[in-house]
Amino acid sequence: MFIRQETVEKNAILMVVLTLIAISVGGIIEIIPNFTIETTIEKVKGVRPYSPLELAGRDIYVREGCYVCHSQQIRALKDEVERYGHYSLAAESMYDHPFQWGSKRIGPDLARVGGKYSNDWHYGHLDHPQALVPESLMPRYAFLAETPLDTTMIGRKLRVSRVVGVPYTDEQIADAKKDLLTQADAAADNEALLKRYPKAVQASGKAGEPTEMDALVAYLQVLGTMADFGSVEPAKIRR
Amino acid sequence: MEERLVMSDITMGAMAGHAVPHARAVVYNDNVIRKFTIATMFWAAVAMLVGVVLALQLCWPAFNLGFSFTNFGRLRPVHTSGAIFAFGGSALFATSFYIVQRTCRARLWGGEALHNFIFWGYQTFIVMAALSYVMGYSRGQEYSEPEWHLTIFLVIIWVAYAIVFIGTVLMREEPHIYVSNWFFMAFILTVAVLVLGNNAAVPLSMYSAKGYTAYSGVTNALIQWWYGHNAVGFFLTAAFLGMMYYFIPKQAGRPVYSYRLSVVHFWSLVFMYIWAGPHHLHYTALPDWTQTLGMVFSIMLWMPSWGGMINGLMTLSGAWDKLRTDPGLRFSVTAVGFYGMSTFEGPVMSIRSVNALAHYTDWVVGHVHSGALGWVAFITFGAMYYLVPVLWNRKGMYSHKLMAWHYWIATLGIVLYITALWVAGIMQGLMWRAYDQFGFLQYSFSESVNAVHPYYVIRMVGGLCFLTGTLIMIYNLIMTVHSSTTERQPAVAGE
Repeated sequence: MFIRQETVEKNAILMVVLTLIAISVGGIIEIIPNFTIETTIEKVKGVRPYSPLELAGRDIYVREGCYVCHSQQIRALKDEVERYGHYSLAAESMYDHPFQWGSKRIGPDLARVGGKYSNDWHYGHLDHPQALVPESLMPRYAFLAETPLDTTMIGRKLRVSRVVGVPYTDEQIADAKKDLLTQADAAADNEALLKRYPKAVQASGKAGEPTEMDALVAYLQVLGTMADFGSVEPAKIRR
Repeated sequence: MEERLVMSDITMGAMAGHAVPHARAVVYNDNVIRKFTIATMFWAAVAMLVGVVLALQLCWPAFNLGFSFTNFGRLRPVHTSGAIFAFGGSALFATSFYIVQRTCRARLWGGEALHNFIFWGYQTFIVMAALSYVMGYSRGQEYSEPEWHLTIFLVIIWVAYAIVFIGTVLMREEPHIYVSNWFFMAFILTVAVLVLGNNAAVPLSMYSAKGYTAYSGVTNALIQWWYGHNAVGFFLTAAFLGMMYYFIPKQAGRPVYSYRLSVVHFWSLVFMYIWAGPHHLHYTALPDWTQTLGMVFSIMLWMPSWGGMINGLMTLSGAWDKLRTDPGLRFSVTAVGFYGMSTFEGPVMSIRSVNALAHYTDWVVGHVHSGALGWVAFITFGAMYYLVPVLWNRKGMYSHKLMAWHYWIATLGIVLYITALWVAGIMQGLMWRAYDQFGFLQYSFSESVNAVHPYYVIRMVGGLCFLTGTLIMIYNLIMTVHSSTTERQPAVAGE
């Protein structure tokens, strides 16, 4: 077990091997069990994969780096629960590739922002944050309303999501574009969409012309609204 | 010749002994080192300039200008990647290639073409990564934003780097591997493991720059901070300790204080650091047992960190007077002081109940900058002030006065920066959890945003001071290379 340092520092290959062992132990012990222990992600009803429009919005959220100023992780602390709502469960981000927990709150947490404000508020706020919140440090995202949403890749986005573990059905993948256009259109009939994606919020866009803003708002409006907390037993959550 | 012997004395004095005086001259390859040195100073200016712009945007959001590519969210990874990977990375390539040749008494392994590939490949990677962020391509994981195609490119360059570095170590004439090289090897290997582990992703298509991360939610968060904290631990700490273990003994003209301490320092640091990541995820949906392990190891890290600091500082025993005459050494020693301070602060912040207050606030940002500016940048500046005259064969720096100006203006900048963010961060944390007499939350979120504004302005001024110091340094280095006053006099007979 004990190898003399003098031997190690005269043998580069031995040093490389021992260093690799030293750096592997911690990672193996901390990371691997979290993939295998069943209770890492609790069983909660209601959490579903993002609808195509929400997924497109999530990608815009990532692209614009929203996560550098907004967390999506309410810690199990009294003041956070009172300010933002029920603390975040692991199940609520199990379909997030990548996770959006964030590390800094230059702006408030967004884990449960869905349904907190109206669509109109979000469109106005993204267009000019200071018009609605004078203290805000947020940049303007007016350009999102003028940028048509690229829908060519949406089917592929669902398919690749399925490859990395999000359980989209063949039907959902086949209808991705149709569902996207339905959800973006304020006036569309969304009955079939809601069956596939319960609680999906209609964006306020125009028929056939979805914008990036529509997608981002649809994403924001679903955040934190999926989990059915009636099905959660508190004793089972806190480990 | 003289330089080699001095180094050999230091190397051997610090180690078990058996100095073997070698007469055969080795011709070192300094070309690639000169290139990386120039890149280091170029990226220092760029990364710090972007940092000041970001600080301005946080003071007055109108500085976002309303364009997609000038917004805070897209520029922030340009600043972080620029500071860590462009500035820090170039400095590490330069110094590791310099140190490994001198301490192994071997020419850099591989041909000039391979070294040039590493240099231009790495610079291309940086430029492509920065452009991809502003154009809207990001993996969306902090300090790991380059998309899958750039990751593959980086891995190729990194493998070449590992081959050249370890190849040089294998070809060494010194029987012992010098302590700096232990740290550099650990850094190269661990960064490779971290990037391969964290960047696993599936591209949307072979022709799309976008890919989806292989992990999701809680395990993604855990792996991200395993990566993220060890980017700090191995990129910004272990590797720069390699720098410290060479340049401080050289500048002070003293051997490393304790060989035994450097052995303990090295093995305990590389073993413990890897566990510390989960302290970024206290009170989150990450299982408690993982959080606790992360916290315990973070606190244990106090010991190797301070062991390293003591080893660096005590190397000056008997040579403290050189601080008065060598402003370059002043940077290096102050860097070790900041290293000790931020590695004291870090474990404190990793304690769950302290983290409850500190997490999500500007305290964390201040902590990172006391390490990044005080430790990483200062130890690099010390090394650069030593290296540039050597690499360009000048007799010394152009102006000691400008070095002193740089030192004081940069130190002032750091102090303004970190004290402002201590106040801002602790204030945010306290305001977010404050209750009024009726048991309601006392402040709205936007009130906390208003309250920190003055401190954000002070932080911006601090950053501006630091940037100014860097520009003074760049001027001084350019003059050192070009001015006739720093030319070496022809050797006088008998010397």
